[in-house]
Amino acid sequence: MKISFVLNGKKRTADVQPDMRVVDLLREHLHLTGTKEGCGSGECGACTILVDGESRLSCLMLAAQLEGKRITTIEGLSKGKRLHPVQEAFVESGAVQCGFCTPGMVMTAVDMLSRNPDPSRDEIREGISGNLCRCTGYQKIVDAIEAAAKDKSR
Amino acid sequence: MKREKQIPFRIGEATPRCDARTKVTGQERYAADYYGDHFFWAGVKRAGIPHGKLIKVHTEDAKKLKGVVAVLTSEDVPGSNRVGIIRGDQPVLADKKICYAGDPLALVIAENKETLQAALALITFDHEPLPGVFDVEEALRKDAPLVHEDSPGGNLLRLVSVETGKGASAFDECDVIVEGVFETPFQEHAYLETEAGWAYLDDSGQLVVVTATQTPFRDRNEMAPALGIDVEKIRVIVPYLGGAFGGKDGITIQCLLGLSALHTGGVPVKMWWGREESFLASVKRLSARMRYRLGVKRDGTFHALECRAYFDTGAYAGLGETVMTLGLEHAGSAYRIPNVSIKGSCVYTNNAVGGPFRGFGVTQVTAAMERIVDMAAQKLSVDPLAIRRVNAVERGDKNCIGVTLTHSTGIKKCLAALSDHPLWREREGWKMKAGQFKKRGVGIACMAHAMGYPAVVPDFANAKIEFTGEGRFRIYAGIVDMGQGNASTYAHIAGALLGQEASAFELIQPDTERTLPSGSSSASRTTYVYGNALVISVEDLKKKILDKALRLFSTAQAEELMLVPGGIRHRKDKKKVSLKEVAGLFDESERFYTAYFRSPAATEMLDRIYLGPHIIFSYGAHLAYVEIDTLTGCIEVTGYLAVTDAGNVINPQAYEQQIQGGIAQGIGFALSEDYKAANGHADTNSLATYIIPTAMDVPDMLSVAADNAEETGPFGMKGIGEISISGPVPAIANAVADACGIRIGRNPITAENIFRALWEQNDQERPR
Ligand code: FES
Ligand code: FES
Repeated sequence: MKISFVLNGKKRTADVQPDMRVVDLLREHLHLTGTKEGCGSGECGACTILVDGESRLSCLMLAAQLEGKRITTIEGLSKGKRLHPVQEAFVESGAVQCGFCTPGMVMTAVDMLSRNPDPSRDEIREGISGNLCRCTGYQKIVDAIEAAAKDKSR
Repeated sequence: MKREKQIPFRIGEATPRCDARTKVTGQERYAADYYGDHFFWAGVKRAGIPHGKLIKVHTEDAKKLKGVVAVLTSEDVPGSNRVGIIRGDQPVLADKKICYAGDPLALVIAENKETLQAALALITFDHEPLPGVFDVEEALRKDAPLVHEDSPGGNLLRLVSVETGKGASAFDECDVIVEGVFETPFQEHAYLETEAGWAYLDDSGQLVVVTATQTPFRDRNEMAPALGIDVEKIRVIVPYLGGAFGGKDGITIQCLLGLSALHTGGVPVKMWWGREESFLASVKRLSARMRYRLGVKRDGTFHALECRAYFDTGAYAGLGETVMTLGLEHAGSAYRIPNVSIKGSCVYTNNAVGGPFRGFGVTQVTAAMERIVDMAAQKLSVDPLAIRRVNAVERGDKNCIGVTLTHSTGIKKCLAALSDHPLWREREGWKMKAGQFKKRGVGIACMAHAMGYPAVVPDFANAKIEFTGEGRFRIYAGIVDMGQGNASTYAHIAGALLGQEASAFELIQPDTERTLPSGSSSASRTTYVYGNALVISVEDLKKKILDKALRLFSTAQAEELMLVPGGIRHRKDKKKVSLKEVAGLFDESERFYTAYFRSPAATEMLDRIYLGPHIIFSYGAHLAYVEIDTLTGCIEVTGYLAVTDAGNVINPQAYEQQIQGGIAQGIGFALSEDYKAANGHADTNSLATYIIPTAMDVPDMLSVAADNAEETGPFGMKGIGEISISGPVPAIANAVADACGIRIGRNPITAENIFRALWEQNDQERPR
């Protein structure tokens, strides 16, 4: 079946199987491998993307559900060489280690900050609790999101 | 806070990692990210039963399925079909026996993922079930079923014993003796990137394997005989890993993937284990049972230690016996104990496969030793910090296996810093403020962790750096960066020496064709050993650059020139030339600089312990604040302090990353992680049943670096990668005991366990 959607600001159409997952469409067919898969069953958050501005797990969505939607993946977040403030904060705060959770974590943070621009550390922790990271112990991720929030509110 | 551009790397300055930008934008290409226009998928049929004689694997139906390229069994493996770095006891594809539920029986190559799954479901096998063995001590009984009939020691893979002083007879001279049995479960690494890779035969017939491994050169040596290929005909390329923590230290998918690529007529093949398969078939931290006895003099000095440990290596040897041995070498943690009797048995069972995990055996024994130390302190009515300060080793002392500590030994500094810290000084006040139905406790623990390989295994690295035609620097990192950031630290080191900033560097990740053999990414060794080699090569290169640059200046003295970002400047007249200009003076043949470094190793007492002792150790002293809800047993770690002696700090940001990450994994191990393989079946095979910490389960952690240079380290550093993971289990267990007087000998310490222990405690206190 044919679907059309807006992907990272560009109109796209794709011919998809009814049972194709969004994460496979992105990674395998559109070669956008920034979106990661860590579990395939909704437990790790590595596959998080934004659908109409809200965070969604792309391993639990079928491609067909993208019809008419606006999708942002990690590749679409920075403007040319300029990083999104959340990305910038992740780099500067040391929130990236192996980096496999990072794209999903960043997308979740972007969504969270759009709804709550000035979160407390506890709210940040709660907001990212659906995204697992095995490397960082989360502290520098929380630091980064806190810094990004400050950066934005300035 | 953005770093200003053009600031050269400085030692000791917190600096964002070089790999952060490509990772945060999704540009970094991991092994899992390889796809192509035309490629196949490969996957594995696994046994699903813990023990049996394999009679026949039926592949006919799978082979008939449209879209299936090949279905392979052990008969299709051209080589020895065996891997295992020490024992070579693990089949690539099972031939005679099934030794655990994850054993691979057949390999399917298909045109797409869907066909692959369908084909795997069509494979069946005939087997004769065998009784399994799932407990380490039962496995050592005479009548226990054998996991490997041809193993010389039966189910006992290796026995290691160490006696010093008067051994156990010294308990007669002790005033106080405490004892306990402690257990730690299998721990899953749960790296976010499950095992993945991409392989193909190139035009010259070379097998190219792109994969997530900690050990590219060693893998090649293992793959060659197993698959019957010449080692030179295998190229292993290793991008940045999406986490590993020891779980990718050795063969995971390499042979299966390589074998697949031999059957696709040159088409690339991809293998990527799902999470469930990763749980089933990846190695685990060896579970351990440890019986401890500590004898103490009235003044608090430790006098005798007995440790009887059983480590479960599961179905295959892997590195299990070295994991246990390193544990036993640390059985006495960071203390002086003149008389010890240590005995450890590393045992085969039909559980999972044991293997390296950050901490490598030390995490297990430290969980036991640091609790028994607290029990001794309690019995003597002394402060747990005081008893540790009395017994902590200093340089020149002997460690628990009797080896003299000749390198930096900073545990006393760590304890001093801990005792000065507000979290320690203000603990009583904090505990008193516990709310209704809450109990608060504070626990501490010390730890040591050896760096590098044991004495008889040469621990070396070969650094390689290129001065490019553009006047930039390309570092060929021969040691994998599994996420810990060692590659970035190589740029930091070179940048500090060459006066350059991050953009001057390009980091080449391990590739058996381009980078030089430098050993595994493990053993807290990567920055120390490669960094030392790199310093030598960079100094050589720097000298050459300055010498050549003289031609562009009106001076004959290289000392009058200095490297500045992007160029070279005369110290006095400030004239500057760009590095690109200098690079133009280099011949192609002059651009590469290599250097070899071999880590110092013990030269005495090599027979004291299997593979010989270590001589350089990092140290740590941790403190945990916990709060327990007495109605539910729920436990929360509300504060955490880690004081660490890992030498000087090159990049405080990267250093903290290691400390915090290790503590978080340790907290998971302490409170929730428990890989259950009851009767050999993987019961916790998802991230919903095997619980690793979320952001809600880990507190903000404080890290203090005890300033203690290791003279042999690059810029005075030593290994930081593992030390912090061994603290949380005992520190938290001690805090639980402090809060409510209960000692739970097995982690994870769950709410259920606490609740039950509190219930029993109340039961005993209730008047009858
Ligand atoms: S891959 Fe989607 S939640 Fe883990
Ligand atoms: S940085 Fe490795 S999983 Fe988060």
